[in-house]
Amino acid sequence: MSNVLVVLEFADGKLKSSCLPGITCAKQIADTNGGELHFLVLAAEPSPLAQAVAGAGLGATTVHTMASPAFEPFTAEAWADGIVAAVHATNASVVGGTASSSLRDALPRAAALLDAALTSEVTAVGAEAVLTRPISAGRALLEQASSGDVAFFTARGSEFPPTEGGGAAATVSELETAEVSTRGVSVVDIQKTKSTRPALSEADVVVSGGRGMREGDNFKVLEELTDLLGGALGASRAATDAGMVPPDLQVGQTGKIVAPNLYIAVAISGAIQHLAGMKGSKTIVAVNKDEEAPIFQVADYGLVGKWEEELPKILELVKAAKAG
Amino acid sequence: MKILVTVKRIPDPDESLKFADGGVDYSASKWVPNAFDEYAVETALRLAEVAGSKERLAEVIVMSVCPQGQRQHVTQFLAMGAERGVVVDADDSTLDSITISKLIAEVARREEVDLVVAGKLSQDNEGNQIPQRIAGLLNWPQACFAAEVRREKDAKELTVSREVDDGVEIKKIPLPAVLSVDLRVVLPASVSNGVTAADHRYQEGARLASLRGITMAKRKKVQVHSLEDLGVQNSGSETTRAITPPPARPSGQIVASAEELVEKLKSEAKVL
Ligand SMILES: Cc1cc2nc3c(=O)[nH]c(=O)nc-3n(C[C@H](O)[C@H](O)[C@H](O)COP(=O)(O)OP(=O)(O)OC[C@H]3O[C@@H](n4cnc5c(N)ncnc54)[C@H](O)[C@@H]3O)c2cc1C
Ligand SMILES: Nc1ncnc2c1ncn2[C@@H]1O[C@H](COP(=O)(O)O)[C@@H](O)[C@H]1O
Repeated sequence: MSNVLVVLEFADGKLKSSCLPGITCAKQIADTNGGELHFLVLAAEPSPLAQAVAGAGLGATTVHTMASPAFEPFTAEAWADGIVAAVHATNASVVGGTASSSLRDALPRAAALLDAALTSEVTAVGAEAVLTRPISAGRALLEQASSGDVAFFTARGSEFPPTEGGGAAATVSELETAEVSTRGVSVVDIQKTKSTRPALSEADVVVSGGRGMREGDNFKVLEELTDLLGGALGASRAATDAGMVPPDLQVGQTGKIVAPNLYIAVAISGAIQHLAGMKGSKTIVAVNKDEEAPIFQVADYGLVGKWEEELPKILELVKAAKAG
Repeated sequence: MKILVTVKRIPDPDESLKFADGGVDYSASKWVPNAFDEYAVETALRLAEVAGSKERLAEVIVMSVCPQGQRQHVTQFLAMGAERGVVVDADDSTLDSITISKLIAEVARREEVDLVVAGKLSQDNEGNQIPQRIAGLLNWPQACFAAEVRREKDAKELTVSREVDDGVEIKKIPLPAVLSVDLRVVLPASVSNGVTAADHRYQEGARLASLRGITMAKRKKVQVHSLEDLGVQNSGSETTRAITPPPARPSGQIVASAEELVEKLKSEAKVL
């Protein structure tokens, strides 16, 4: 059997919606391999979480649970131990999930312990489980096959549709708790960026500002547009490094990868590392005072002008368009 | 304290890629250090030095798996201030992440280092996995995607701010450990070692080599290993089937005014 095991993440007792694209990718791998889809829940008290997920009918046949207080808060050390033990116990041949910061932290560690290959940021699944992933800031696509008893993957969330529930319920199966250790680390604090807006990687609309915004206060006009469109705020590295907005708003090779319906880049030049994070957007709008800016090469609609003049106008026009 | 920094050379990310025969032709590429590894070396140096004094708190060793005779990046990091180098003579483009991680872990063991500092990502291959693997192989704790690193004087632990999806996590890790660094670790006050004055501000970014550094680098020791003498076999677990250019975006249009823009977003793109 070549079963595919997806490692799930929860927040406030609920499955994180960011897991759903990873489940879709896993299902595609299972379909090409002829294996079953299984889930893994690692938590202090995984039962209620697993029951809810099993009932949601997300395509898995079995939801495996492993209980240990060491799984909360998340540490790569303890989770990798749990994942390795679960692979041994379930004979999974493929293990993965959405490329979240946690799974990007824990899965390679687990893969090393199993001497297994890992394919990062998968964007497509081909025949015989050949996986495609972007390299060199999205300027090339690599198709990669892995050998070995078990192989790992992380899926790029923006490239797979979220799995929908409503299918057959899964069976919950408790795994024996393995020896799980945090190796003496402690999570002192998690400073969450508070926002009432949708998550950057899941938003339908993203409005991003760059160095040309000059200071954090100037982002107000972008925030207004963001909220008018019900979207999420983003930024370039130059803007986050300068402290205009928090670092977790960075879009790009080293930040969030987004593919919304509408991406609006304001005062962003369009360096390849930024493009790597937003090139997959359906419609791209760029506002920049420099007509030579590379962002215009990927923009569907480019407006050459200063944001100080254009953004207030755009804001009013969008308001009117929404009202009419 | 001994710090091992892993460094890689990559084809210049600003060059356009030449696709040929289902792959990319790098034969005419200019090779440069991976930016995240420059940040890793900068982090290690900030942990090791006492600004304004000659005192050193750690020895910084840079290590690279790279083809024979292609070590300009290693020399460059020695010129930046690392004490010595270790290279494994092998074309790393033919080795998978499993193998490269084993080579680095073996050197960390033999050198009995207290800390491995790596970049979070190689800009070309974008594996985002080697530091985590090294930590697993060594059974050491890890702090990945580090934006800030603090060490109290003589402490056997680090406090690391890690950039995670929805904010920042602060993690304390006992040494020995593995650290992978993100972009913001080179902001002026991102690293502190408990000895350098608390209000010291570094210049933003990775430091440039001084002339003296460049002269000294030629005299610094670089130890050379092979896969065989480190007892590591090429695992060959990954096969590249093809490398192709991504589909191009259809070219867009320049609009004359905000009015035209919003009108087109409404009636043409239908996104409003
Ligand atoms: C290893 C590495 C990883 C990186 N990862 C990322 C990443 O993930 N994301 C990312 O974004 N960057 C990343 N970068 C940085 C990237 O290379 C660029 O430096 C960065 O994206 C530039 O940000 P910017 O476009 O805001 O600034 P700039 O390039 O300085 O561009 C500012 C733009 O604003 C325009 N402008 C100025 N004033 C106005 C005005 N009044 N009205 C309208 N337009 C105006 C200018 O014409 C210019 O085009 C990375 C770099 C490295 C080395
Ligand atoms: N050939 C290599 N030699 C030394 N270090 C490497 C090599 N390849 C990758 N690394 C290190 O591992 C980090 C992450 O690489 P990757 O997992 O390929 O994205 C890089 O930033 C380097 O610090």
